[in-house]
Amino acid sequence: MARITIDRLRHSYVSQPGKPEDWALKEMSLEWEDGGAYALLGPSGCGKTTLLNLISGLLRPTEGRILFDERDVSSVSPEERNIAQVFQFPVIYDTMTVYDNLAFPLRNRGVAPSEIDRRVREIGEMLDLGGSLTNRASGLTADGKQKISLGRGLVRSDVNVIMFDEPLTVIDPHLKWVLRSKLKELHHRVRRTMIYVTHDQTEALTFADKVVVMNNGEVVQVGTPIELFERPAHTFVGHFIGSPGMNVLPVALENGGISFMGSRIDAIEAARVDAAGGGRLELGVRPEFVSFAGTGGLPVEIGKVTDAGRFRIVEARHQDHLIRVLVPEGQEVPTGSAALGFEPTHTHLYRDGWLVA
Amino acid sequence: MYKQVNQKAWLLVLPVVVLVAFNAIIPLMTVVNYSVQETFGDNVFFWAGVDWFQQILNSPRFHDALLRQLLFSAIILAIEVPLGLIIALAMPRKGIGVSICLILMALPLLIPWNVVGAMWNIFALPEIGLLGKGLNNLGFDYNYTRQPVTAWFTTVLMDVWHWTSLVVLLCYAGLVSIPDDYYRAAKIDGASAWAVFRYIQLPKLKRVLTIAVLLRFMDSFMIYTEVKVLTGGGPGNATTFLSIDLDKMALGQFDLGPAAAMSLIYFLIILLLSWLFYTLMMRNEAQ
Amino acid sequence: MTLELRHVTKSVAGETHIFETDLVLEEGSFNVLLGTTLSGKTTLLQLMAGLDRPSRGEIWFRGQNVTGMAVQKRNVSMVYQQFINYPHLTVYENIASPLKVAGMDRAEIERRVGAVAELLRLKPMLGRKPAELSGGQQQRTAIARALVKDSDLVLLDEPLANLDYKLREELRDELPRLFAGRSCIVVYATTEPTEALLFGGNTATLHEGRITQFGPTGTIYRQPKDLISAQVFSDPPLNVAQVTKQGSRIHLAGGIGFDLGTAAVTLPDGPYTWAIRAHHITPESHPGQPTLDGRVLLAELTGSDSVIHFHLDGGTWISQSHGVHPFDVGAEARLYVDVARSFLFGADGRLMGGSE
Repeated sequence: MARITIDRLRHSYVSQPGKPEDWALKEMSLEWEDGGAYALLGPSGCGKTTLLNLISGLLRPTEGRILFDERDVSSVSPEERNIAQVFQFPVIYDTMTVYDNLAFPLRNRGVAPSEIDRRVREIGEMLDLGGSLTNRASGLTADGKQKISLGRGLVRSDVNVIMFDEPLTVIDPHLKWVLRSKLKELHHRVRRTMIYVTHDQTEALTFADKVVVMNNGEVVQVGTPIELFERPAHTFVGHFIGSPGMNVLPVALENGGISFMGSRIDAIEAARVDAAGGGRLELGVRPEFVSFAGTGGLPVEIGKVTDAGRFRIVEARHQDHLIRVLVPEGQEVPTGSAALGFEPTHTHLYRDGWLVA
Repeated sequence: MYKQVNQKAWLLVLPVVVLVAFNAIIPLMTVVNYSVQETFGDNVFFWAGVDWFQQILNSPRFHDALLRQLLFSAIILAIEVPLGLIIALAMPRKGIGVSICLILMALPLLIPWNVVGAMWNIFALPEIGLLGKGLNNLGFDYNYTRQPVTAWFTTVLMDVWHWTSLVVLLCYAGLVSIPDDYYRAAKIDGASAWAVFRYIQLPKLKRVLTIAVLLRFMDSFMIYTEVKVLTGGGPGNATTFLSIDLDKMALGQFDLGPAAAMSLIYFLIILLLSWLFYTLMMRNEAQ
Repeated sequence: MTLELRHVTKSVAGETHIFETDLVLEEGSFNVLLGTTLSGKTTLLQLMAGLDRPSRGEIWFRGQNVTGMAVQKRNVSMVYQQFINYPHLTVYENIASPLKVAGMDRAEIERRVGAVAELLRLKPMLGRKPAELSGGQQQRTAIARALVKDSDLVLLDEPLANLDYKLREELRDELPRLFAGRSCIVVYATTEPTEALLFGGNTATLHEGRITQFGPTGTIYRQPKDLISAQVFSDPPLNVAQVTKQGSRIHLAGGIGFDLGTAAVTLPDGPYTWAIRAHHITPESHPGQPTLDGRVLLAELTGSDSVIHFHLDGGTWISQSHGVHPFDVGAEARLYVDVARSFLFGADGRLMGGSE
């Protein structure tokens, strides 16, 4: 088990990187504690797979270092890093039994047969595979096969980190939650460092204590699921996490206050903003933190109302700018003209995309 | 899933049916016809029943040819399949080397069979051929036109040269279709190169190897052109395989009836052995 | 202009895929076929399109019997779950293909393709090949092709299933706008209740080859006719318990009881099936609401929602709430039950009381 430190890491697939676009992974520094459950979350092409391959050792970083505890492993081969990985499509040894699959990594390392037997039975039990140890592994269902892939990592005591690369892709949608639950339970029991790579927010937020959100090759936020929802560090996070995503509105500093298309917004104190900062200013507020206000709110025209069952999504317009409002069950939706209020604790200001207040 | 019933489709298949009828069924029926009659040409036939079949099955000449044939197939399978697999494993997986290797491997397969025979005929001649002269210069007593053993050696070598590439190409296609994740997982599990071969590559190549064995068996069991050109079945009857024997009987002696019976027996043996191979190799698959 | 299925059944090799179905779809309507995989959605779409013939019954379109009429002779478009485009043609040529087949003149094709590309935001990609597009753009191209020929009937078979969820969200938002103001009949097959709700229009709930209920989406959602329809239209799955009713109270296994209020008193006492949707069981405190104390199996966080699977008296229950509510696996949780928004179904599965 190890603490993982990513120190000013940068990576490019181009031999002579110059332009910012040449970097598949922009400079990043991260610290992952021993025994933590982490997720790398982002859309396809965001660089999460590159980071995964750098940690596992399939790629060597162009710049920067990766440390397992105090040891610099940046140029160490995958075998020597003592990692385990569960791949998108289950990898099992078809001709072996479930038992032999689980025993395989230990046998390769010359572990004593009695110790192998003890470990295999213990992990088999933990993964609910106890009853099928003598079966051929190729006959198992997809979730059983993924459990074997994970089990081959768990049987080893020398593993520094277990990595998951979209491990539930082939699992039947109705069974996904069962395996998610199993993964969480296992993490609690074994307390090993686990890194889960996915483009699916539910996968990431459900599994991880801390989620690393990536976009365009850079880390945009590292936070708990609550932080990602309530305090997105970047407008991308506000958009990507949550459905519907955050409302992002262009604003300006005017007369000592924040104004949106000439209307004063009181939810953000202008004093919290450095006026000399320049850049593009935007206000971000999630639809669940917008409500209908009496007088003094932002005047809007009510447009389409979509009934989502649990709530309604109201499309309100202020001078061609669309603001979505989430109205819980049992509340009235006004028609025609109305006024909106933003909840101050959940209304944020962004400069060039990044959270400032 | 959702098939539409459309009788017009049969019309489209018709040309193929006609073609198959002409090049397979009609000649086969002709052979069956010859095998149960006696004829000296002139379209005069006498009923012979199963006489020819009995005669062939009891003849030592047929037994010898069949044994030679089985031995030949066994030898070339024992050489070509492992050798092809080893070459495929050693071939590069990416880069410019891939195309070069593939082209080199495909070359022998592109040469017409009679040309292969002619090439080796000259190549192995003890007086002027590179192989024949070379071996003699090295002190080996080598003359494939006179010694049965060297005739066999040359025939096997020619077949290995001509056909190992087929096994290589099949195995290579099988190997590159194994996802990278398997190799990564094996590395993570600390598997040795042997373990990777034994537990990943070999199981994943099983189907491909089955096809390779079947194809090589059937082709080698019916080998004709190259041997005809190289040794003509000699010296003596040393390399007279079933096909060569059949040729001698049908075209050399003009014994059309026995030849037809023999070819049917030959056909049934190939069918039976191929089925046997396939069933044995696929047996585990069904479990 | 209507599409009518009259006593339509479909069986293949002795197995019934669609049981006798009667359905009338109106001009300009957006209709959702909602059901799990293998419930018969695709079969129904194929029957409507004319790609498949009913075993019995008739299909009428615009007052004309079209049963058995070849699909080429009907003015139908279809969009599939897989992004189906011609790989060697550009986006422009892909969209224009049905018009070219129809022999339309060049200027008109250009005008129509331009208009539909504008609508689907494909203008900048018209010169590209499908392989150079993202999944969302590929599916937009397929949808554009379906729209460009002004079909009378547009059939969409889970068109968003293969897209990432953010793209799905975007296209879900766009689709109803695309069809607004058109006179064509739209039929959209999906497995996701959320999609049916967001599209509005009409919904038919489908279960094992039968349409269990058909009507305006909101009505079907809030007043399911029977237990099956309610289950088909619930995601996460509906919480269901066998109960005994006495007066206004229902008794669940394990000594749990709820008071359903005066509305329930009029129903005869006895055994019922009680059901409540996941979002009416929440971890947020609601004074006055009865509670359930369960052990958490998993708290799934979807970003702005929390779905808590919990264990109670031998059964698995599901709660869904807005916001992020993390719970450890195995933790004790107290959940509040909005009993006023639950359903009571009789022994035959029919709705007896309650609504949302």
